[in-house]
Amino acid sequence: MFAYTVKRLLLAALVAFTVSLVTFVLLRVSGDVAAAIAGESATSADIEHVREAYGLNRSLFLQYLEWIGGALTGNFGESFYFKSPVSGIIADRISVTMILGGCALGFALALSIPLGVVAALRPNTWVDRLALTLSVLGQALPTFWFALMMIILFGVTLRWLPITGSSTWKHFVMPSIALGYYATPAIMRLTRTGMLDVLSSDYIRTARAKGLRTGTVLFKHALRNAIIPVVSLSAVQFGFMLGGSIVIETIFALHGLGYLAWESITRSDVSVVQAIVLILSCFYIVLTLLADLLNAYLDPRIRVA
Amino acid sequence: MLSDKAAPLEQVLEPTPGQLLSRRIFGHHGVTIGAAVLLVIVLMALLAPWLAPHDPYHQDLSHRLWGPFWHAKKYDPLHVLGTDKLGRDFLSRIIYGSQISLLIGFSTAIISGIIGSVLGILAGYFGGKLDMAITFFITMRLSLPVVLVALAVVALVGGSLTVVILVLGLLLWDRFAVVLRSATQQARAMDYVAAAQAAGCSTPRILFSEILPNVGNQLIVVATLEMAHAILLEAALSFLGLGVQPPLPSWGLMVAEGKAFMFFDPWLITIPGLALFMLVLSINLLGDGIRDITAPENRS
Repeated sequence: MFAYTVKRLLLAALVAFTVSLVTFVLLRVSGDVAAAIAGESATSADIEHVREAYGLNRSLFLQYLEWIGGALTGNFGESFYFKSPVSGIIADRISVTMILGGCALGFALALSIPLGVVAALRPNTWVDRLALTLSVLGQALPTFWFALMMIILFGVTLRWLPITGSSTWKHFVMPSIALGYYATPAIMRLTRTGMLDVLSSDYIRTARAKGLRTGTVLFKHALRNAIIPVVSLSAVQFGFMLGGSIVIETIFALHGLGYLAWESITRSDVSVVQAIVLILSCFYIVLTLLADLLNAYLDPRIRVA
Repeated sequence: MLSDKAAPLEQVLEPTPGQLLSRRIFGHHGVTIGAAVLLVIVLMALLAPWLAPHDPYHQDLSHRLWGPFWHAKKYDPLHVLGTDKLGRDFLSRIIYGSQISLLIGFSTAIISGIIGSVLGILAGYFGGKLDMAITFFITMRLSLPVVLVALAVVALVGGSLTVVILVLGLLLWDRFAVVLRSATQQARAMDYVAAAQAAGCSTPRILFSEILPNVGNQLIVVATLEMAHAILLEAALSFLGLGVQPPLPSWGLMVAEGKAFMFFDPWLITIPGLALFMLVLSINLLGDGIRDITAPENRS
């Protein structure tokens, strides 16, 4: 187990470094950063001044080394727009995105696990078909459109929920639903498949033969084993949600990382964008690493691979 | 022997493999519904110049924000679905918007399909160090937040249809690579590959004649899924202002343009969103159906 962990840790670190390199190069090379900072009405002399002031005329490799060296100690440079350290700006906003992601995942799990269990208990009945139909429909809904429809219905027509801002828990209801429903089909199908497999196994038959109550059999024995792949999938989906929160945050005016990323992209504030992409990637890498380690711990056959 | 002699008529009346396949295809509700809706949208895109009542770019500023035919007050039979904020006919823009979505879907699926398939098949067939390198590459791509990176690149390079197609095509190849890698690994273990190798076939020939036809079904299923994914992503990018640029009638862009008026004129965002939903739903149904028909054991 230890050797496997070390191997996976090294691999994860290598992936993180490669992601940082690719992001850095991609953002610096796609367009002229100095021209973007200087603005539209700048003369070429202005652009040259900006280039020298920010050290953008050095070789790309040197710039990358300087940036990654700082990043390892938590210093992501200075924002071109805010003129203050990037790490401070991100630290202010990150909690909103984490709360949003957490609530969205919570909603997805609360909806899809019960649906998956019920669908597995009554396969090929109307409940099962309804659950599968909902999952097919859910995957085709554009997120931003679903969010806008909810705003019109719950925010304006029914006036149940607030539309923008992030001060109370009510502000997070619609955003969490809009962000979380996309993960629901995958989690529901995985739960259903897992439960179907587990319910037909011998130890469940033994449990029922022993005379255990249905509830105990279902939750203490069947679900606990069926849920293992769902945990891995949830970790991955959480990573996706963190990255995909940009649309939801802009619609609901939640000042999190996604909103900051969008603002910085439109303002060509490259240092902020780089830092956000790196941080979100690292979150995803850590989450998948933990999911892999959990799977390897629970199923020793994986450790050999 | 008794059964041979006893049922010559049944043998003649037995369905042919072609008939069996047709029955499976047309009996599958998802495939028929998905294919029918998709066909309607494709026809709409192809016949757009003849179907659309007006020019989708023609602005008529004296007739702005008129309502669709179910609207009580501001309806004019000249514009069946009303007009947008610049007086352009909404129905025509919806019809022409299908061209953009389908074009982006197909092009992105082809580009990412080629990249991902090549990577996946090579990794699955050769294994070893090449497999390790390609798997590392895939893991790295999976760790990138796609929407953010796409937005950033489009913002820096400048938004246009071509840029969106290229950026999405170069980002969305991961599922192709993953699925085709495992499919190729399975196909490689089959006897017919060993037989081809024993017969002295060159590697390119084995890849094209033995591996590719046998992973083709899964390739098509992934292609439909990624096509739908690309269409939704382009809509999101255009909605955020960093995708296709106005005045192109992208459905995502139309939602963005209508957002300012959505409380009083909700059809401006409802109808384009509904169109996106129908298109993506039909593609997903078709893909799921193809997977069910060709390899039901892959259903998860």
